[in-house]
Amino acid sequence: METRNITSPIGSDHGSGDSAPRQQLQPGVTLVNRYNIQDVIGVGGMGSVYRARDMHFPNVVKLVAVKEMINMAPDPLVRQTIVQNFEREANLLATLNHPSIPRIYDYFSHDDRSYLVLEYVHGKDLESVINDTNGFLPEDQVVSWAIQLCDVLAYLHSHKPDPIVFRDMKPSNVMINHNGDVVLVDFGIAKTFQVGQKGTMIGTEGYSPPEQYRGEATQLADVYALGATLHHTITRRDPRLEPPFSFAERPIRRINTNVSVEFEAVVNTALQYNPGERFPNADAMKDALMNVARKTGALSKITSALPISSGGVKPLWSFKCEDEIRGTPALSQGNLFIGCYDNNLYALNAADGQFQWKYPTDGGIVSRPVVFDNNVFFCSEDQRLHVIGTRTGKVVWTYYTEGKIYSSPRVADGHVFFGSEDQDLHAVNVNSGRAVWKFSTDGPIHSTPLVANEMIYFGTETGSFYALDFRGSLKWRFQAKRSITSSPVMKGQAIYVASLDGTLYALDAKSGWAIWKFRLGRGSISSPVIADDFIFIGAADGFIYCVDIRTAKEVWRFKTENQVSSSPAVYKDSVYCGSVDGSMYCLEYRTGRLRWKFESKSPITGSPVVFDDIVYFGSTDHHVYALFA
Amino acid sequence: MADFFRKLFGGKEVQERPKVSDNATTAPLTDQQISSIIASQTPKYEMKQLIVGVGQSVGKQREHNEDSVLALTSTISGSSESIPFGLYIVADGMGGHQFGEVASNSAIRIIGGIVMKKFHSFLYTMPTQSLQESLQEVMEAAILEAHQYIQREAPGSGTTVTAALVLGQQVTIGHVGDSRAYAVYPDGRLDPLTRDHSLVKRLEELGHLSRDEAENFPHRNVLIRALGQGETLEADIFTIPFPQPGSLLLCSDGLWGVVNEKDISRIITDAPTLHRACQNLVEAANAAGGPDNITVAIVQLVG
Repeated sequence: METRNITSPIGSDHGSGDSAPRQQLQPGVTLVNRYNIQDVIGVGGMGSVYRARDMHFPNVVKLVAVKEMINMAPDPLVRQTIVQNFEREANLLATLNHPSIPRIYDYFSHDDRSYLVLEYVHGKDLESVINDTNGFLPEDQVVSWAIQLCDVLAYLHSHKPDPIVFRDMKPSNVMINHNGDVVLVDFGIAKTFQVGQKGTMIGTEGYSPPEQYRGEATQLADVYALGATLHHTITRRDPRLEPPFSFAERPIRRINTNVSVEFEAVVNTALQYNPGERFPNADAMKDALMNVARKTGALSKITSALPISSGGVKPLWSFKCEDEIRGTPALSQGNLFIGCYDNNLYALNAADGQFQWKYPTDGGIVSRPVVFDNNVFFCSEDQRLHVIGTRTGKVVWTYYTEGKIYSSPRVADGHVFFGSEDQDLHAVNVNSGRAVWKFSTDGPIHSTPLVANEMIYFGTETGSFYALDFRGSLKWRFQAKRSITSSPVMKGQAIYVASLDGTLYALDAKSGWAIWKFRLGRGSISSPVIADDFIFIGAADGFIYCVDIRTAKEVWRFKTENQVSSSPAVYKDSVYCGSVDGSMYCLEYRTGRLRWKFESKSPITGSPVVFDDIVYFGSTDHHVYALFA
Repeated sequence: MADFFRKLFGGKEVQERPKVSDNATTAPLTDQQISSIIASQTPKYEMKQLIVGVGQSVGKQREHNEDSVLALTSTISGSSESIPFGLYIVADGMGGHQFGEVASNSAIRIIGGIVMKKFHSFLYTMPTQSLQESLQEVMEAAILEAHQYIQREAPGSGTTVTAALVLGQQVTIGHVGDSRAYAVYPDGRLDPLTRDHSLVKRLEELGHLSRDEAENFPHRNVLIRALGQGETLEADIFTIPFPQPGSLLLCSDGLWGVVNEKDISRIITDAPTLHRACQNLVEAANAAGGPDNITVAIVQLVG
């Protein structure tokens, strides 16, 4: 009976009515000296779910969901069972790792109450999405959620040592986050399934398959409940208001004529009365949905149905400097460091954008700072490498070159490496500030060196690409047709770098042989980034490209309104990149689908930095911005 | 001590002792012992280098060998040191067609020839200019040239080709048809690197056939892409880091269609040398009936 209460839909009056609100924690209360309660985000039979701020991260706003369970059972045995169930949920969640399952951070008990601290999901549940939408949700959108749900069910079902049956798939347990992706919540009754064991009857009427009412719950029950959830989502007919197992009497295409025959067939297969006639597992259902998506082209044209994405993105904070920001920030210990063309390096509090200190140089700063050992290293057009204490903002030492410096420093193995307009690559001792060696090239160096496997890789404005060893002697050299301003990256013994000649090169790290060349529409000074088997880069033709790293084939390209000089950043499953059109874009990294964009007032040439769900970047509109990722 | 004095001064006794020890300790090692000793020794290679084993058999049921294989191993001049260079190709001429063996043979020779011409100066002289084309471009051009040659010289025939160009620590693979490349890891994993261009695979990918149905599909040998067939040819071309530790296996369907992947990886990991591994794979395919020509090449990057 108690577990039954947990599963009742959030907001229903079942069991919560008058007792729960009275006992709710008030905003401002801090639990275990750590979780500062901000708001109630849900009410269940056993207690409330709160949004709270984790005060262990004073410098950033880290939000968590705190799920409360109030133990009011008078019977000590029942009380004990409730606590055990709670701890089971906590322990089960702690072992799971999937993008569609919230991460668990902590759990604890306090008097009669137990608390579970979880990842906070920005977004709303699918039931609200259905109710708040006028008319039907587009099929493409539902198919893409369905694919993600199959993926997470397949993950749970393949859990070792025992498969986990979710047992309570329904729209109110599916959150749609701010990126339009699904997250499965409420593992209150997810149970590792021991084959042959009869479970107790749990589940939400209307979504549960017939066999679950006989006490049997297998993976096929989740397949059925997913079918029921999809049926509800695409037809807007709530199965809880209909007789049980009556889906066949409400054919999807009779209610919503826009649904494809293929998708209807998938849902019908999942909803077969007899478990043996459903998809044999969630993977098979996912494959079938993928086929639907391929036929209808759903994967390429999905646009989020959520107003969160299309409505304007509001910055968390912004900070105004006195001139253009063309470079990239660095983040360290809650502080954001960024150089500006007003000649200053700024240190800001990353949590709220509060000014900490600024350090003036005698030239514009485009170089990206790097923090090492409580010092921040950066270069300036005043021909110097500056080293400044991160706390004090006071100079530790500086190092002169014979030309302006646009390259960013790289710190590795006790040395700092950077290039200069004086055509030298400089290696400087990180403590003494003395030159260890210089390597003379045939052109100014704007590219930021890559240090890997005791080698240093960088390009020059004359189109040469050099590989040096740690002693500063040449290992190999590669020639592009025009300048290499882009900074190289490495994966699997290969170096990737772009040139103004309009080519993205893959070079063997040991020998410099060209493995492949990918033609961009125009030249590029953007630096590539790699995630999984994809490489992302911007180009002057205004596109952000995603290229398969093995085959050098284009996966997708996304058009912005002007040149892309910014280098992309990948965080979780999004790619972030600025454009000279003034916008910062957030794209789904496998498909290039737009998640959101933020318009600043003038070109964004620097690159974003993403940390703890916050994107930081500067714009030539003189502002530094922080946005929710 | 006593033994020592006996050795020095004793006459008869000393002569008897070796006899005893002869039986006990110097009996020749069994094959099994030898192979386990060899297996336990990890040979030391100071520099990165390629080693290769190759095996071929006409099989038990065919009269002609329509498979072709090419294996070239060398080093090439780098900017500061020599780096490993290798080209390995397996091609399987199309059985029913007249010129099956001509097609597979032409494929390896044309591709081999074009690649070697490109690298000739790096192999035999000290060039000052680096190669203009990327490795993938060289591979693509070579396969296209072979395709056109076969269309011209052996019309109606076709061949699969799976070619691996190793340079430094990268392997660039060009692939058409249903010969296969695998990465074989010491823990027994066998990762397919290529995707068959066959009807059965296509149907499986489209969801029309289950894995079990695919196993028993009557037209398993029908290719949907082959060198010499069709107006345009799109080869799969990609580059990956050479599997290390581990090896690269190239083979025709005479092997993978007959011996299951588990056995293939077990035979390779159990064998003391690459040559023995190739022989054992060929034997296993023949023991399973040998319905088709069998070609195997295994390459390792050691050091």
